[in-house]
Amino acid sequence: MGEATPLWAPIALLGALCALGLAAAVLDAVLSGLPTASHPGDAVESPLRSGPLSAAGDPFREAARLLVQQRRRTSLADTLLVRVGVCGLLVVAVLAGVVLPLGDRPVADLAAGVVWFNAMEVGAWGALWLTGWGANSVYPLVGGYRFLAQGMAYELPHMFALITAALGAGSLRVGDVVAAQRGLWFAVWMPVAFAVYLVSALAMAFWGPMRGPVGPDIAGGVRAELSGPDRLLFQAGRHLLLAVVAAAAVPLFLGGGAGPLLPPWLWTSLKTAAVLALLVWSGRGLPTVRMDRFMWLSWLVLIPAALAQLLVVAVVVG
Amino acid sequence: MTAPPAAFWASAAFWGLAAVAVACGVAVFVVDSMARATFALLASLIAVGLSLLLIDLEYLGLVVILMMIMEMLVMAVFMIMYMMNPAGLMPMKMVHNNRGAALIAGTVFVLLASGVFLVPWPERTGTTPADPAHALGLSIMGPKMLVMMIVGVAILATMVSTTVLATDRGRRRGKGP
Amino acid sequence: MGLQAFLLLACALFSVGLYGVLSQQSIVMLMMGLELMINGLIAAGGAFWYHVAPAAADGQVLVLVAVTVMALEMAMGFAVTTAIFRAREVDITDEAGDLRG
Repeated sequence: MGEATPLWAPIALLGALCALGLAAAVLDAVLSGLPTASHPGDAVESPLRSGPLSAAGDPFREAARLLVQQRRRTSLADTLLVRVGVCGLLVVAVLAGVVLPLGDRPVADLAAGVVWFNAMEVGAWGALWLTGWGANSVYPLVGGYRFLAQGMAYELPHMFALITAALGAGSLRVGDVVAAQRGLWFAVWMPVAFAVYLVSALAMAFWGPMRGPVGPDIAGGVRAELSGPDRLLFQAGRHLLLAVVAAAAVPLFLGGGAGPLLPPWLWTSLKTAAVLALLVWSGRGLPTVRMDRFMWLSWLVLIPAALAQLLVVAVVVG
Repeated sequence: MTAPPAAFWASAAFWGLAAVAVACGVAVFVVDSMARATFALLASLIAVGLSLLLIDLEYLGLVVILMMIMEMLVMAVFMIMYMMNPAGLMPMKMVHNNRGAALIAGTVFVLLASGVFLVPWPERTGTTPADPAHALGLSIMGPKMLVMMIVGVAILATMVSTTVLATDRGRRRGKGP
Repeated sequence: MGLQAFLLLACALFSVGLYGVLSQQSIVMLMMGLELMINGLIAAGGAFWYHVAPAAADGQVLVLVAVTVMALEMAMGFAVTTAIFRAREVDITDEAGDLRG
């Protein structure tokens, strides 16, 4: 593993991810508080809406409410599986972030870092399905199955986008991918891969138009029966997942910490915040895409486009 | 008191993972709930994938984890589709020739395990390459190209035949609903 | 964790899987047994690569093939199960054993 990782690195990663997740929640609340946005999607989550400024406090109020709320139980629930699922979502998000450099080097500089990131975030499949299954209730189960269908659609284009970045660098190590972008960001000369990555990022965090698995049409889907601290953990995991996918776009496509004047860690944070804001903003106002339509789009448009991009990169690099 | 060497921790990690892998493997056939059985199998597979990380097989270990998570989740869908009691709410057992199977499996284990300790395994030749994943890539695109080609054709054949078998239209019925 | 430790793990996984394959009635559970057996193969392949011939990539190729075989086995297995179930409403090996249509 090379030289030892400083002790503060994991703590810094955790802190950065939590801050980003919270920022995403606040931004989402503020956007939903704006008078122009009339999306009913997350209305359940912020009942105290009255203007954007007051809405900024909604996530904190909601968290405090959930912390003291008493748990609601369903009959014959598989509590063990629900717990594994709810905590798993949080755990895979943090583990996926382990290979992302905050500044110069990541917490764990793995030789197959890109594969590690991919393997960890696929864990969200398991987490969501377990949460949906364990409650022994209809709507969460429907939500769990919806996420599997969505996963089938987004995972292949997502993998191709990741592989394209790795191919451009000729290495699976995230640090090498960053180093390969000294001259030109991958987002500039692999725009298709970057776009595919962003779409799959939304789908992975079941955010915005891909919120089907937790959609209001099935009463909150996977999280319908979650209450109290369980629900808080699940929401935190979802926001952390969105944060970590946004953060991964920076070393993979946006040149990592490279930039004039400012230190690398600040550039990384700024770029991550920009991607995160883009993802959160794009989620507002767009209608929910049904899984089968997304599957159609994914297999007939995204995968061929990603493959063509892969071919172009292979020709340029080779 | 000195801290134990890295080899000790690696060894401890291996035995821990091995215990998890086997215990979860046994749990697959013990638990009632199909969801639990599927995820016990997944835990067993992930433990083996992690143990590969201990012997420098970083890429392959991670690929095993990645593929198995997706595979087991698809499996869960089918388990629940085809099992009459997927949630295990009514304890039941669906086995035939339980005693014979346990006996055969036990005998096989004893035979194999004694083989493990009796066979004089060859000495280690060569050293691990700097990047095993790179070596693997060169190998399947070079001397082991035939393996890669067969795997590729097998995947294509599977995709075609599964679609044919699973679509409602079937093999002979032609187009139309 | 020498070669023998890994092979012991492989043997244990293989035997547990074999028990499942021999004893389970449901086709789906039977396939889980198969997966466990291949899981043992993966452990053994990796160990052989590391402890016997790390310079050649043969062991790694074996693991790669095993992973692919697992995926193919599952895809084919479920397709066949779906076809059988659709034709005869059967998902138990004993009942699918005869060839009557």
